[in-house]
Amino acid sequence: MSAESKGGATAIESPAQPGVFPLIEPGHSFNTISDKITSVVVRRGTPLAWLGGFLIAFTLMNVMLGAIAWLFFKGTDIWGINIPVGWGFAIVNFVWWIGIGHAGTLISAILHLLKQSWRNSINRFAEAMTLFAVMCAGLFPLIHTGRPWLAAYWLLPLPLTMGVWPQFRSPLIWDVFAVSTYFTVSLLFWFVGLVPDLATMRDNSPKKYQRMIYGVLAMGWRGSARHWRRYESAYMILAGLATPLVLSVHTVVSFDFSASIIPGWHTTIFPPYFVAGAIYSGFAMVVVLAIPVRAVYGLQDMITMRHLENSAKLMLATGWIVGYGYIYEAFTSWYSGNQFEFFMLSNRALGPYRWWYWSLITCNLIIPQVFWTKKARTSTGWLFFTSCVILVGMWLERFIIVIVSLHRDFVPSSWGHYMPTKYDWATFIGTLGMFTTFFLLFLRGLPAISIAEMKLLLPEAKVKE
Amino acid sequence: MKHPPMFGYLAEFSTPTELVEASHRVYGEGYRKIDVYSPFPLEAACEAIHFETRLPLVVLIGGLTGLITAYGMQYWISALDYPLNIGGRPFNSWPAFIIVCFELTVLFSAISAVIGMLAMNGLPLPYHPVFNVERFSAASNDSFFLLIEAADPLFDAKTTPELLRGLHPAGVWEVPY
Repeated sequence: MSAESKGGATAIESPAQPGVFPLIEPGHSFNTISDKITSVVVRRGTPLAWLGGFLIAFTLMNVMLGAIAWLFFKGTDIWGINIPVGWGFAIVNFVWWIGIGHAGTLISAILHLLKQSWRNSINRFAEAMTLFAVMCAGLFPLIHTGRPWLAAYWLLPLPLTMGVWPQFRSPLIWDVFAVSTYFTVSLLFWFVGLVPDLATMRDNSPKKYQRMIYGVLAMGWRGSARHWRRYESAYMILAGLATPLVLSVHTVVSFDFSASIIPGWHTTIFPPYFVAGAIYSGFAMVVVLAIPVRAVYGLQDMITMRHLENSAKLMLATGWIVGYGYIYEAFTSWYSGNQFEFFMLSNRALGPYRWWYWSLITCNLIIPQVFWTKKARTSTGWLFFTSCVILVGMWLERFIIVIVSLHRDFVPSSWGHYMPTKYDWATFIGTLGMFTTFFLLFLRGLPAISIAEMKLLLPEAKVKE
Repeated sequence: MKHPPMFGYLAEFSTPTELVEASHRVYGEGYRKIDVYSPFPLEAACEAIHFETRLPLVVLIGGLTGLITAYGMQYWISALDYPLNIGGRPFNSWPAFIIVCFELTVLFSAISAVIGMLAMNGLPLPYHPVFNVERFSAASNDSFFLLIEAADPLFDAKTTPELLRGLHPAGVWEVPY
């Protein structure tokens, strides 16, 4: 007898009040959840939209590889960087990508600790998004060194013939440890979450080779209560570890800036402002990925409007924390009475990069205000459009922080101008391709929604006393 | 290695509530070599067989190892092996070392949580007798199983399956090796 035969299962928290969307649409049982999520991978063929997306993404990724190959041959001279703007696109993109990853960890760790059951259907692919975003992010500082094959000697405390070590009083080395720890912990968290679902994949696969592959990956998971107990314990501990970790990563990234004396960088508001911006852009990416995925695979009953609406609310909240950062930054520049700080402010708004700056304000502060209306929060068109706008806005913010502060600092004789070259653009757009390629491969080969956690949302998962 | 002719008996239940009740009964009868299988975590089932994990202790030890490693490494590098005067700061600039200490504590804790969980669970395990029961593939899907091992001192080839059948399962299977 399967759970299905016990009549129509109703989802927990059915929409009692009008206007509240369910977390999972009614009519699901344990069996239909397993079946629906696994069939996307093992039964249904490859959708045409997937193939088209993969073709474009893979092409872009190869454009990036070409640009990087040329970079290794010629050196960082092919980029727009020079003195005084030595950081350029590489650091802009690094900060932007790593910020995007933060929403995945927020969903999987912080919302888990807060027992927010609405995270259950979006955590898996948000965590995958984190991993791929951190990969894209990590690429940039490495290629920015110009000779990444030597980077291990500069970044890691390895014994060298000269006997020198990395400088542990420098935020740059803190960043190496923060980002590599973040990647490793995110990978472990994601993998632990996958193990029971891989066992479900093994047991639901129609073909022998599929059962072999998922069987090896599931490592012999058989759902024993003792195993589940240790698993839950490990998962909770990982969530507890990832929570301070995710807040620390962008804090440490912001130290790269705020520990310097450059006007516009040397401020105490940077850590919280960076973290809020990271979550802001990360949720935008979650929505940008969720909307096409649920449409192509027909997963609207699992990734419901409730998830999208909650994401929109979080974007509105974090967007205002970022907005507060802008306002406070401007206020401090004026109130400090420091002429260099004040010049930085007017240079942002009226200087050569004013168009970038005003686009940033439009994208990050003005357009997202549509989320005050329920209509925009529950319309996939508005959600998708606004999230794209936020992603652009957050990228522009990183650009303004890195470029505008550096190009005119203290002494006018050392001022300069920065313009990205075609290689800068090719590398940046190429990482979008790389990110999408990896994400599409993930969708094709692994369960994109956590099967075991979705079952916990059903009322029949509760043990009656 | 010589072992009994079979691994044990497996009973299938279709709801978590039935499984938890059955586990209480079997544990109450005095069976200890028992196991419970479910497609998602069931705290009540774990309580029914009186199991608690010591994984947090493993993680604590891992985390402290990370902390000591991080501080030791930074102290040795910056104060002992190659002391460098950076802006007049002390060689042992401990406030600057906090971040790497934090990161390695988290890293070592996370690795010990995952490796500890897998090792204590005895995974990866390529073969386990319960998989010989064809119906067991539903354990990762929508069904709930209770296993009594033949190695249990109370196990009896006649009374044990009778006990399981008395719990109104959806089915009872002999688990061969």
